[in-house]
Amino acid sequence: MAPIEGLESTLAQHPFFRGMSERARQLIAGCATHRVFHDGDYVMREGEAADTFFLVRHGAVALEVGSPGRRPLVIETLGDGDVLGWSWLVPPYRVRFDARAIGLVRALAINAKCLRGKCDEDCALGLEFYRHFVPVVVDRLTATRLQMLDMYGHPDAYAEPSSQPMGESAPARPSPDPEPRT
Amino acid sequence: MSAMAQSESWIQAVPDPMTPIPFAVKAVRRELADTFTLDLAPAPALDGFHFAPGQFNMLYPFGVGEVPISISGDPAVHETLTHTIRAVGTVTRALQGIRPGDAVGVRGPFGSSWPVDQAEDCDIVIVTGGIGLAPLRPLIYHLLNHRDRYGHICIYYGARSPNDILYRDELERWRGRFDLNVEVTVDRASADWRGKVGVVTRLIGNRGFDPEDTRAFVCGPEIMMRYAVMALNQAGVGDDRIHVSMERSMKCAVGFCGHCQFGGDFVCRDGPVFRFDAIAERFNIREL
Repeated sequence: MAPIEGLESTLAQHPFFRGMSERARQLIAGCATHRVFHDGDYVMREGEAADTFFLVRHGAVALEVGSPGRRPLVIETLGDGDVLGWSWLVPPYRVRFDARAIGLVRALAINAKCLRGKCDEDCALGLEFYRHFVPVVVDRLTATRLQMLDMYGHPDAYAEPSSQPMGESAPARPSPDPEPRT
Repeated sequence: MSAMAQSESWIQAVPDPMTPIPFAVKAVRRELADTFTLDLAPAPALDGFHFAPGQFNMLYPFGVGEVPISISGDPAVHETLTHTIRAVGTVTRALQGIRPGDAVGVRGPFGSSWPVDQAEDCDIVIVTGGIGLAPLRPLIYHLLNHRDRYGHICIYYGARSPNDILYRDELERWRGRFDLNVEVTVDRASADWRGKVGVVTRLIGNRGFDPEDTRAFVCGPEIMMRYAVMALNQAGVGDDRIHVSMERSMKCAVGFCGHCQFGGDFVCRDGPVFRFDAIAERFNIREL
């Protein structure tokens, strides 16, 4: 019979843990469980207690924001190897967006209360964990800023006043000027 | 033949790069709300139209003005010249109003091209967004026409929304191939969209290529290209293996007028395709 691999080895395969010490992985594995979500399942709901975060192993999760009378807007999708949820890091520990499974999703769920407790007690673990987590937040923040630019919208929409149209015989490709070379 | 007669015959044989040649419009296709494709029939005297992927033409709706437009068709097809155009100004809106049977003035092809020969035996990563896919489509056609010469091919495309995905049918067809990795993402979508949402640069992290042996081709809004280069660098692809298509105001298209000067280069003549390490120091200078 093939041996059943523990959570620690599953954690080790997730990109988030690349370069993390075995000790830290083992400590975090103590807070982890496997979770499976089916198409349309909500992984997290806005406003609920942020006591879990997820490491997506397989599948896609849509982060949504709802508005009364309108269909929810998807602000980002996360996929294999992504980290889902960081509201658990900062008070008041409340989920800020809905997260909905698109198709089958397999994930590792980390009990955030458990991990926060371990990080409080073990500063070395806390430091190592945050060193891995902060780059995730930075990457996502950078991506969000780019998304906000509406780069592919009408060129005038993101043109600065100094680069406004200078007449018709303008430029090359998608540019802030009026006649992109397409 | 006298020297004078020889000279006159030579002058007649070489087309003046500043004189538009009338091409008949064969077909007009609506691609997106503000984007359309023109298929042109080359003038009979030209014996077809030959170009390299990445080059552009100056298109002239008669009496309105000229505009530089990348060629977006298959470089192996010489009987039809294809341009995909976004209607954002007076000239492009005039082009939008053109119908089959009308004529359009064409000068070109101009500029540098995607270095398809240097990329042979390499993995290929194409990062593009919005209408930036149009100048890359001839490259994609070339890669597919010579598929055995290249390694893994990854196409990462970003659009504003699901309704703004250019060449959607073709992207879906390419995505269905076993020998291409095609990823599409949009900046915003409603909940019925089952594809990816997020910026195109995030797709680069999902490696389907060997960074040490990869050529990357990037085309899109300059902000997107800047962050795409960073993401490629982070994935291990060096500046000397990244090629970008630049844009600047172009008028003459032959390096005379200086409108498209970019440091020591003219984008129309020395570009629009540049190897990134050649322009890296200038790329982020706002005044350029």
